[in-house]
Amino acid sequence: MRLLFRAGRVIDPTAATDRVEDLLVEHGVIADRGVDLLPRDLLGNPPADVEVIDARGLCLAPGLVDMRAQLREPGEEHKETIASASAAAAAGGITTLACLPNTEPVIDEPWLIEFVARRASEAGRVRIHAYGAITRGRAGQHLTEMGLMTAAGAVGFTDSPRNVADGGVLRRAFGYARTFDQLILNHPEEPALAAGGAMTEGEIATRLGLPGIPAAAEVIAIERDLRLVELTNGRYHAGPLTTAAAIEAVRAAKRRGLPVTADTAPHYFALNETAIGDYRTFTKVSPPLRSEWDRRAVVDGLRDGTIDAIASDHAPHDQESKRLPFRQAEFGMIGLETLLPLGLELVHNGFLTLVELIAKLSANPAAILRRPAGTVAKGAAADLVLFDAAKPWRIDEKAFLSKSKNSPFDGRPVQGRVIGTWLGGSRVYPSR
Amino acid sequence: MSAVFAHRHLLAIEGMGPDDVNLLLDAAEAYVEVNRGAIKKGASLRGRTVINLFFENSTRTRTSFELAGKRLGADVINMAVASSSIKKGETLIDTAMTLNAMHVDVLVVRHPESGAVHLLAEKVNCAVINGGDGTHEHPTQALLDALTIRRRKGRLGGLTVAICGDVAHSRVARSNIHLLNIMGARVRVVAPPTLLPADLDRMGVEVFHDMARGLDGCDIVMMLRLQTERMQGALVPSTREYFHFFGLDRAKLAAAKPDALVMHPGPMNRGIEIDSDLADDIDRSLIREQVEMGVAVRMACLETLVEHRQTLRND
Repeated sequence: MRLLFRAGRVIDPTAATDRVEDLLVEHGVIADRGVDLLPRDLLGNPPADVEVIDARGLCLAPGLVDMRAQLREPGEEHKETIASASAAAAAGGITTLACLPNTEPVIDEPWLIEFVARRASEAGRVRIHAYGAITRGRAGQHLTEMGLMTAAGAVGFTDSPRNVADGGVLRRAFGYARTFDQLILNHPEEPALAAGGAMTEGEIATRLGLPGIPAAAEVIAIERDLRLVELTNGRYHAGPLTTAAAIEAVRAAKRRGLPVTADTAPHYFALNETAIGDYRTFTKVSPPLRSEWDRRAVVDGLRDGTIDAIASDHAPHDQESKRLPFRQAEFGMIGLETLLPLGLELVHNGFLTLVELIAKLSANPAAILRRPAGTVAKGAAADLVLFDAAKPWRIDEKAFLSKSKNSPFDGRPVQGRVIGTWLGGSRVYPSR
Repeated sequence: MSAVFAHRHLLAIEGMGPDDVNLLLDAAEAYVEVNRGAIKKGASLRGRTVINLFFENSTRTRTSFELAGKRLGADVINMAVASSSIKKGETLIDTAMTLNAMHVDVLVVRHPESGAVHLLAEKVNCAVINGGDGTHEHPTQALLDALTIRRRKGRLGGLTVAICGDVAHSRVARSNIHLLNIMGARVRVVAPPTLLPADLDRMGVEVFHDMARGLDGCDIVMMLRLQTERMQGALVPSTREYFHFFGLDRAKLAAAKPDALVMHPGPMNRGIEIDSDLADDIDRSLIREQVEMGVAVRMACLETLVEHRQTLRND
């Protein structure tokens, strides 16, 4: 069976093109692109082995690549499972996803990398890769078997959302990971400065009587990491970036030619600390929502390319973890199903072109993870998302496929909606 | 009463206006004399139920609310909930739902977490009074402090008030900063930076790190309690160093106006944040009077909230 997307606006982030064309899928692979691939007189009566999808007025882009999500399996299946996250990701247009190792047990052994891959392929809706932990049990001391985990499919190493605080340990991690040319992510927060904090430090935290996390905790962590990159020549990815100072530090490092890439998450450009309101725990995230000034710096960092990628930072939590006094509530919000519409706000507000946005949501994170994804080039796997970039709708928590519903965006009016998602040429959303 | 109190609950001073404050203070004023009389019991809350729900230890605030309720004729029940139980939040919401089902009129809640009383107020139908939540607010303390000052100085507007000590961990300080600003007083805070929260100057206070300068020309000096565990190297190196630089004694008080008065929300650490002799000096210290005003203010708050709910129901 062949699949023909007819006359959609094809967004190709690699070639940086955005034009109306047909896209033909054969055997799960993008076979051809061009104008009128199927002669017009055959449209009404296509060959029996061709399914024609009318994409007129819609955008067709590479399936999104989400480079940071927490999936809760194994260990906290009451919050999310790999299967439920897969359904949510597909609904959000995501076809490749990298999950953090903060599960129970921690993903710090090769068999756990394989476990995630097996569960993901059973769900069969999204390609899921796991990061391995940098240190055993994410305890910040002993290095994990990075080589064996790389062989098992690990896409990189991180203790996120926990920072590796010991500079000596991190230096060795950068150095050792080079043996396997592997990527290191480090949660950008100096833990001693952030200890006990519940929101960003400042006037609002003071008024609410909540312990603050200073914005400087981020740049202090990142500048230390950047010096270690210089020392070790390790491959380093910084994210999520949330403060002006940290973004400036990464900007300067890139200018110096350091091998560093960076990401942020939608809530850091779509919200600021005022969203906390009267102690709304769904807005409690790590790093915390920042000042309006920092929020604008995130937008600037996305515009000038300092921030390469946008990740969902999906962090599902059940009611019992969130219906608590603010300080006691867990950090994190879900994000798989809101990644694209919130990202599109940057396009509708004129900060990014559609091609630039799609690059940050697909080609760029795929390149950072060195996965053959995020492309609509001929010969690539037909991982695709079809969406209506203009469609207005309201985010509705009742429609989320994620097992947890902890999104502060419930009720937010947005523009842009996923119509369908295909993985290797098979439709994975809406499910058949 | 001519003015109308427009709040369902009393959760915070922030957000109130001068009319709200004056209304509560005027109502409290009337109860001061009643409380000094031989027959203290009224009947305005007869048949009403007030529950003191305390998730944190307290003797004086709980007793003050209990007396206030009983003197108005209400049935008052004290509930102490161990805050050490593992699932604190479950206890909080579950307790709220349980009490709500019992048709309580007023819940007075104290909780060690900022925002916990707000969370609870969202889940119940009765009026809620914040008896102190974490390091957020303690509105009835600020009201009783205001009543104490107003009775002694005749006004709040135009006075200069210095709040000294552990502002970072003080709900009393936050409520007082809001209330004094609402009423047009000038507010200063005096403490080492380790005891001050970030961007405090944006809450309408002048910040000092030196008692002599901070107290210069003040009408009122409010001392705050500093917990001993914070004085063993965490935020302050030692109690003796703290008392030397920030403890209030007659020498430091000399920088304030000659008729300046001293306040403390209690319980006091004598010899740490305040000189014991000064604390007991009835010419300078308002500390006992604060406790007295506490009952009157809480009577006013209970009655006002119940009346307000009655008005809503009649509408």
